[in-house]
Amino acid sequence: MSGAASEEPSGSGRRRAFWLSGRGLVSSIPYLWLLLFFLLPFAIVLKISLAEPIIAQPPFTPLFGPDGSLQATIDNFLFLLEDSLYIVAYLNSLKIAGISTLLCLLIGYPMAYGIARSPRAIRNILLLLVILPFWTSFLLRVYAWMGILRNNGLINNLLMWLGVIDQPIQMMNSDFAIYIGITYSYLPFMILPLYAALERLSPDLVEAAEDLGCRPWKAFLTITLPLSVPGIIAGSLLVFIPAVGEFVIPSLLGGPDSLMIGRVLWDEFFGNRDWPVASAVAIALLLVLVIPIMLFQRMNLRREGA
Amino acid sequence: MTKWRKPDEVPFLRLEGVVKRFGDFAAVDGVSLDIYRKELFCLLGGSGCGKTTLLRMLAGFEQPTAGRIYLDGADITEAPPYERPINMMFQSYALFPHMSVESNVAFGLKQDGVARVEIRRRVAEALELVQLGPLAKRRPHQLSGGQRQRVALARCLVKRPKLLLLDEPLAALDKKLREHTQFELMNIQEEVGITFIVVTHDQEEAMSLSTRIAVMDRGQIAQVGTPTEIYEYPKSRFTANFIGSINFFDGKVARSEEGELTVTVPDLGRDLHVRSTRQLAIGSDVSVAVRPEKIVISRDPLDLPNSVRGKVRDLGYLGSVSVYRVELENGALIKVSAANTRHSAEREVDWDDEVYLGWRATSAVVLTE
Amino acid sequence: MRRRNWFLFSALCFGFAFLYGPILSLIVYSFNESRLVTVWSGFSTRWYGELFRDPQIIDAALLSLRIAAVNATFAVALGTLAGLAVARFGRFRGRTLFTGMIAAPLVMPEVITGLSLLLLFVTLEAAVGWPSGRGVTTITIAHITFSMAYVAVIVQSRLSTMDASVEEAALDLGARPWKVFLVITLPIIAPALVAGWLLAFTLSLDDLVIASFVSGPGASTLPMVVFSKVRLGVSPDVNALATIIVGVVTLAVIVSGWLMIRSERRRERDVQAALADRS
Repeated sequence: MSGAASEEPSGSGRRRAFWLSGRGLVSSIPYLWLLLFFLLPFAIVLKISLAEPIIAQPPFTPLFGPDGSLQATIDNFLFLLEDSLYIVAYLNSLKIAGISTLLCLLIGYPMAYGIARSPRAIRNILLLLVILPFWTSFLLRVYAWMGILRNNGLINNLLMWLGVIDQPIQMMNSDFAIYIGITYSYLPFMILPLYAALERLSPDLVEAAEDLGCRPWKAFLTITLPLSVPGIIAGSLLVFIPAVGEFVIPSLLGGPDSLMIGRVLWDEFFGNRDWPVASAVAIALLLVLVIPIMLFQRMNLRREGA
Repeated sequence: MTKWRKPDEVPFLRLEGVVKRFGDFAAVDGVSLDIYRKELFCLLGGSGCGKTTLLRMLAGFEQPTAGRIYLDGADITEAPPYERPINMMFQSYALFPHMSVESNVAFGLKQDGVARVEIRRRVAEALELVQLGPLAKRRPHQLSGGQRQRVALARCLVKRPKLLLLDEPLAALDKKLREHTQFELMNIQEEVGITFIVVTHDQEEAMSLSTRIAVMDRGQIAQVGTPTEIYEYPKSRFTANFIGSINFFDGKVARSEEGELTVTVPDLGRDLHVRSTRQLAIGSDVSVAVRPEKIVISRDPLDLPNSVRGKVRDLGYLGSVSVYRVELENGALIKVSAANTRHSAEREVDWDDEVYLGWRATSAVVLTE
Repeated sequence: MRRRNWFLFSALCFGFAFLYGPILSLIVYSFNESRLVTVWSGFSTRWYGELFRDPQIIDAALLSLRIAAVNATFAVALGTLAGLAVARFGRFRGRTLFTGMIAAPLVMPEVITGLSLLLLFVTLEAAVGWPSGRGVTTITIAHITFSMAYVAVIVQSRLSTMDASVEEAALDLGARPWKVFLVITLPIIAPALVAGWLLAFTLSLDDLVIASFVSGPGASTLPMVVFSKVRLGVSPDVNALATIIVGVVTLAVIVSGWLMIRSERRRERDVQAALADRS
C-alpha cells in the first residue's frame, strides 16, 4: 500500500492544488518534449509519405494545394507493392532479424544462466563484462568483424596457415556476415533481461524438483525454462525490433544483394533523394513492427504493475 | 475508572464517518472514532482490514473519500502531511540513508525553522531519551534493527507532535527484543505524555500495550474497548475469534429471566446457562461463546450449571498449560486449556479419557449475529 | 549437476571469447606496422601518430564529445523528470501515452527516428523558421530525445526499488514536496543519475544513423567520419581510434568498479561493527 498507488479523490483542497501544480510542471516538461520531438515527427512522416516527390526544397508536394484542396496520394505505397525490391527487402529483414535473434538466444541463454548460477562474488564482474562492449563504439565493433571476415582476414589467414583450406572462404559481403554482426552487436541486450529473469528464480525451485525425482535436464525444461519466458520475450524483442531496421551492419558487412529495409530507406533518402518514398518505407516498416513494439510496451507496463 | 470514561472528557482526535475508496474497493468504510489525550490506542486487525489506510489518512498521505478528521478541535482532513502536528513512525522506519543519526533526528526541526542551538539541544535530549547519544554520528546502515527503531522514534518525538502514529512498530524486531522494546515504548509514552496510535496485527502486542483497542474488519470497526472488555466481552464472532481462541455453541434463546439466559443448543441436546443483562426475544438465534481457559476439565462429574461429556482426542503439553481437544458425543470438538498445577503423582487427563467439561454461567458470553 | 556446470562454464567461455575476440583483434592490429590490417609485420605506434595528425578526425571527435556532454546533461534533467512522473505520480491523464513514448525510443529502429526527426526539423524550419538549417543543434536535440528515454527508464527503476516511505517520512516531518525531492530523493538516487549521464553520453558518442539524418553541412560527428572511412575498407588508424576508446572505457569501468568495491567493503565493515556493538 504505497503512496504511489493513491488515486485522486474527488474532493479538492489547498494541498491538492499545490500538488497538482507541482506535479503538472514536473511531468509536462518531458511530456511536451516527447510530443514535439517523438510523436509529432511520426505524423509528419505519415504526411510526407502521402505527398509526391518534386525537385524543390523541400523535395515533396505540400499536403494541401494552393487552393486548399487535399492532395494526398497513396502512389508511394502502391509503388512499394509493385516493385518487388521492397517486398523482398522487408521479408529479408524479417528473416535476418529473426535468425539473428535466435542465434542471440542460443548463445545468450546459457551465458545468462551461467552468470546467474555463478558465485555471487564474480557474478557482478561477469555481468560487467557483458555490458562493457556495449559502452565501446558500436560502429567500431562492427568494423572489427570486417578485419576478421575478409578474404585476407583473420579467420581465412588462420585456416590457410593451418592448411585446412587453400582458397579463402567468402564470408564478407554475405548474409552470414550480417548474422554474425547483428548477433555480436545485440548479444548484451539479450543477456541482460534473461539474466534478470533467471536471477530472480530461486535455485530452491530446481532443487525441489530434483528432490521430487526430476532429472536435471527435465527440471530445466519444466521449471527453469517456463519461468524465464518473460526474459526470453523481452530479450528477443530488444534484439528483433531494432535489428529489422538495422542499417550499419548490412551496409558494412552485407553484400550488394543482402537487402535490408533500413539500408533501402537510407539509399532512397540519401541516394535518390526521394523523401516521399523513404517516408512510405518508414511507415511500412513501422506497420511491420507495430505488433512487436506493442508487445514490448505491454511487457513494460506489466513489469511496472508487478 | 480510567479517564476516557469521564462523560465530560473531550475527545482529542475525532474521526467522523471516514471512508476511503480505491476505485470500487472501500479500504476504510465509515469509521467513526474518538480518541482521548494521552491514550495509547491500538488499531488491530488482519492484513487488508484498512488499519494502515486509516493511519495514512491521519498522517495526511491519503485523503478520505468522505468524512472528517478533527485533532484538538481543528479540522485537519485536508491538511498536507507537512502541516500536521502529527508524526509517524514507519514500519520500515524510513530513516534517511544518506544522513547521520543526528541529522535524521534534526531533520524535522530544521523544516520548522527552529534555531540551531535549540535544535542541537533538543536532538541531544531526544537521543538521550532513546539511549542513542553515543551513536549520533553513525549512518543508518551502521545500526542494528533495534537501534534503527529507536532513531525513528526519536526523530518523531523530537518534534513534540500532538499525536504519534506507529505503523507496526515492533514487527521488524526479533522476539526477544520485541518484548523489551514494548515496555520501553510504554515507558517513553508515559514520560513524554504524547497520544500514541499504534497499528498492529499482533493481538498479544495490542493487549499488553494499549489503553484501548479498536478491532478492525473489512474497513470497519468491529469493536472498541479496553483490552479486558475486548477479551472478556467480545461483541461479535469476529472479535471473539480474532483475539484468543474460543468455542461457539449455536442455539436459540429458550428463557430469559433475572439476568440469566437459557439457550437451547440442538447439537448438544441440552440447554446452556449464560449470565447476561441483554434483553433477547425468546426463540432468537444466538451463539454461546466460551474461552478455553474458562472450561474446567475433569474425569469426575462436575457440579456446574453447564456441563457436557466427551472424549480427549488431542492433547498438547505447553509447559505451564495443557491444551485439550475434546470430542463431544455429537462429534463437535471443544478446545480446553488448563493450567498445570497438579502434582505429578496424580493421574492426569490423558488421550482417549472420558471427561466432563463444565463452566459457570458467568464464564460465557452470548453473541447475536 | 557436474555436467551442467561444465556445459555452462564452456558456454560462458565461448560467449566471452565471442564478445571480446573481435575487440582484442582490433587492439592487436592497431600496433601493426603494415597498412594491411591483418598481416602482422612488426610492432609500431605509427597509426596513433597518423590518427592524431588527422584534423578531420580530431575535429569530429571534439564535436562529438561536445554534443555528447550537452546531450547527457539535458537528457538527465528531462529523463529524471520523466522517470519521477512515471514512478511517483500514480495515474495521471495521458500516462499510457507517456510511458509509451518513453519505452518506444529504446527499440525504435534508428533509421525511422532519424528520418522522422529530420522531416520534423525541415517542416519546423519552413513553418516557424527554427531551427535554421541543420547541424550541431539538431543533432543534440535528436540525441536528447532518445537518450532521455534511457535515463527515464534507469531513474524510474531506481525510484521503484527505493523505499517510498522515506519520502513520506520527510513530508511527515514537515518538508514540502519540492524540498523532499531536493534533500531526500535526489541524493538517494544520485548514483542512478550518474549512470544515466554516462549512458546518455555514450549513446550520443556512438550514434551514426540519427546524426547522419539530422546533420547538416559542416557538422560531422566522429561516427560519421569513421563510417565514411571504413566504408572504403579497413584502415589501421581506425584500429588505433578503437583501441583508445576501449582503453578509456575500460579505465573508467575499472575505476568505478574499484570505487564501488571500496564503498561496499566499508559498508560491510560498518555493518559488522554495528552487530558487534549490539552484543
